Amino acid sequence: MSYTMTISPDFKPDLISGWYIFNTWLQKQSDIAIHLNLVNDFSELAQCIDKDSIDLIYANPCDIAKLIREKSFEALVKPVGVHDETVVITHADNPIDTIESLKPSLRVAMTDVPDVNTMGTIMLEPADINSCDIEAIICSNYITVAKKVVAGEADIGFLLADAYNEFSSLVKKQVKPLITSKIDVLHHALLLGPNLQDKKSLLQKCLIMMADDTKGMALLNSMEIEKWEIMEQDEAEFLIDLIDTLSPS
Amino acid sequence: MQDMKIEDLASDNYEEIQLTFFDAKQRNILYTEIETEFPEGSLIVSRTDLNGIITHVNKSFVTMSGFTEEELIGQPQYILRHPFMPHEAFSDLWETVQKKEKWYGYVKNLRKDGGFYWVYATVIPNIRNNKIISYTSVRRKPSAKKIAECIERYPTLF
Repeated sequence: MSYTMTISPDFKPDLISGWYIFNTWLQKQSDIAIHLNLVNDFSELAQCIDKDSIDLIYANPCDIAKLIREKSFEALVKPVGVHDETVVITHADNPIDTIESLKPSLRVAMTDVPDVNTMGTIMLEPADINSCDIEAIICSNYITVAKKVVAGEADIGFLLADAYNEFSSLVKKQVKPLITSKIDVLHHALLLGPNLQDKKSLLQKCLIMMADDTKGMALLNSMEIEKWEIMEQDEAEFLIDLIDTLSPS
Repeated sequence: MQDMKIEDLASDNYEEIQLTFFDAKQRNILYTEIETEFPEGSLIVSRTDLNGIITHVNKSFVTMSGFTEEELIGQPQYILRHPFMPHEAFSDLWETVQKKEKWYGYVKNLRKDGGFYWVYATVIPNIRNNKIISYTSVRRKPSAKKIAECIERYPTLF
């Protein structure tokens, strides 16, 4: 029997090959047949989740609630020291330097990445701006978000901090960060669907030991993950609770 | 929970008042008018048990409260209660979360050094198997306009 793994579509495109090699490695280590099925966006991912066609997923924190509470997924492992932080950028020449100076009716360039958009929207609250006060310009990737801001088609943009940090100096010169989140609590996690739950211990053992061998470590590096650590179900539940506090009231 | 100490205060210019909490415990509060700005981009996160005893705090909570983590764990959440805050706000909070609903509001918190900081707080019950096992509270930076409204309105709720 073959199982299906997918990756939250907010992974960096240059890490695709790493995830494919990871899938091969995991099959070899666990002797479980796993097919890696990449999705193009969060809408396609939601369809896959609804159709119960995923058995293993590296999930965005905002998708973890549905997967665990509605689809009976279980937490498997999480990457050590990797957190999702958000940057709100504006044009480098914009005289505004603080969030509090922003006014409603903002045009906001953003991707469809849910936790980044949630955090970005929360960081506008000190300016009395909420999701009703913004015009969302949905972009296919973070560089497009920056381009919209640079072109003046958006007043601000929401970016994953890691994506902003990897922009070229040319792009960085044309935008400026207004604020960067420092919350240290949102992170992706590898979750296991109901069909694979009898293999949970085996998979956890393989993943935890991954950093102990040279090939495994090289592979983790290629995915920009230091190592995996076990994520208890209770921890996942509290992550869901945390996301719940951040969702619009 | 100990009374506040003069030597912990950030200023010699302070007021003194005794607060009585829902469990009939009392605390002598020393407070100043020194405000600490909410750290940009941060969230203050804590968890309490069903009795409001702090079981988990994040770094931002520790920094903003002025206490150490060791001083906070095991203490009642009302260690942060500022005398400016109307009792009714917290009654409403407890009534709401005990109904398994989300509570949110603007809160002026007391620091160990007698100073204060405003937050926009959200509290949710942590429900497992249809039972509340604890509460999670997340505070974020509030808007200055909303705080100005609270400063006007809260004293009328006493």
